[in-house]
Amino acid sequence: MPPRITRDEAARIAALAKLDMADHELDRAARELESILGYFDVIARVDTTGTEPAATMAGPPPLRADAPLPSLAPADTFANAPDADTAAGLFRVPRVLGS
Amino acid sequence: MSAAESAIALRDRILAGEASAAAVCRALFTSIQAHDGRVHAFQSLMEDRAIARAEAIDRDPSRFRGAALAGLPVALKDNIATRGHVTTAGSRVLESFAPPYDAHVVEQLEAAGAVVIGKTTLDEFAMGSSTDHSAFGPAHNPWALDRTPGGSSGGSAAAVAARFAPLALGSDTGGSIRQPAALCGVVGMKPTYGRVSRFGLFAFASSLDQIGPFARRVRDAAALLQAISGRDPRDATSAGAPPIAWTPDTTMPRGTRIGVPRAHLREGVHDDVSAAFEAALEPLRKAGAVIVDSELPSPSAAIATYYLIATAEASSNLARYDGVRFGRRAGPQPADTGALDTMYARTRTEGFGQEVKRRIMLGTYALSAGYYDAYYLQALKVRALIRREFDRAFASADIIAMPTSPTPAFELGARIADPLEMYLADVFTVGASLAGLPGISVPCGFTAAPPRLPIGLQLIGKPWDEAGVLAAAESYERATAWWQDAPAGF
Repeated sequence: MPPRITRDEAARIAALAKLDMADHELDRAARELESILGYFDVIARVDTTGTEPAATMAGPPPLRADAPLPSLAPADTFANAPDADTAAGLFRVPRVLGS
Repeated sequence: MSAAESAIALRDRILAGEASAAAVCRALFTSIQAHDGRVHAFQSLMEDRAIARAEAIDRDPSRFRGAALAGLPVALKDNIATRGHVTTAGSRVLESFAPPYDAHVVEQLEAAGAVVIGKTTLDEFAMGSSTDHSAFGPAHNPWALDRTPGGSSGGSAAAVAARFAPLALGSDTGGSIRQPAALCGVVGMKPTYGRVSRFGLFAFASSLDQIGPFARRVRDAAALLQAISGRDPRDATSAGAPPIAWTPDTTMPRGTRIGVPRAHLREGVHDDVSAAFEAALEPLRKAGAVIVDSELPSPSAAIATYYLIATAEASSNLARYDGVRFGRRAGPQPADTGALDTMYARTRTEGFGQEVKRRIMLGTYALSAGYYDAYYLQALKVRALIRREFDRAFASADIIAMPTSPTPAFELGARIADPLEMYLADVFTVGASLAGLPGISVPCGFTAAPPRLPIGLQLIGKPWDEAGVLAAAESYERATAWWQDAPAGF
């Protein structure tokens, strides 16, 4: 059975995804998710007993020596930052703790 | 370059000093300036850098002897990083992002003597089948300007179709190279997963994304693919597979078995697409192929599996757009608490478009507690079954043939309101993506009634058998003349 998606459920998903949505947007998201998941219910009927999940079609990743390699220069690292203290080597963000 | 000249023939003339790389480049920029206002194939141009590089090649072509793409202009989808040149991925969140490095494929192109001329229009973060979802306006199909060029690499396909560039790169996650190639009447190929490094390709769904070529001729797409292939330690999924053993003289061996999944072609396929597909089997047969019936996974299960996996991976990959290290950050609003979490949400809400948000929501749902097993994990299991079914089909066929897209180019804007209808545009392409297989789309006809719209034939091969797929495509191209048609006015 495809799930019923309520406005509260859509709000829970939006919060997990860090997206702000007004009530009318949540209602639309709920409707769309419900319709898409309804169509996707076709895979619930596929018998996958004993099937190992395949997260990738790539072979096992090749290993390399655990040796340090050059990485991005600090000036390049901070060049696109919205707010950075390049001299101190810091990205600046709004307050993390407290209200 | 003349309309019928292949890119590699042009390369040979440039290397022989008989043609000027800079003159070729200037002619393209003149054409782009004159006509791209109607097409919007390009998101941005790299004119000065391109001309300077082309002039350097002209000064001493002998330095580039053996360079596979010497002097050839190439357009890049705007989700492929170019150092110091803004790369938007079609998103507001990256509208002024200048990558600090070149993608691996850009390094490979430059090593092969190519000239990068600009960045092409795409659906935001490559999520779409029409370019309707570009934050900067869609591209238009050169064959009918009110129609989509397909997506998400629609700008690259349109650029090649409109003769703005002989070669282009796109990325294909569920059909984003093959479908626009079909809708624009050009050649487009998705290689085997792992054939081309994804380093510098902005991640959408990492287990599916592959970069691949667009060209007018199979031989040119092959040369471009060979130039960008190979192992790159910066992408752990790029494989050290043997190089693609193909030259322009390679054609399909007689007796090649081409499988057709008849059961899936009876419904939901446009009449002209069906007719063109059936007609395309005849030249293949004449070229020595044996047409056999194949059984393939159900297309509707493949679509559901694909969209669950792709959106789950996307919801994780796009978590990086948080306004901290790069990209746009939303400013505080009067009612804000001013805390970090508020900044994240505001940045993402302002920065992402509707379709990207929809896919992040879907993927987050499929990965969330209580639904993970039923959706994401089940999709991974069905994916394993889909690969197994392809393996089984390849026991009795060397190549699988089907239409690339169930319909010719639809009108821009027509499917925005119905996401599911848009997703069904990928019904014939997602299977090869999920199974990691190489697939090509080659022009195979046009719609009967006006507007005259191109139709594509898709050929899918076994893992790492790009050479076999290219050989079949080359044989088909030699037996037909569809590739010679050009849209009027370009």
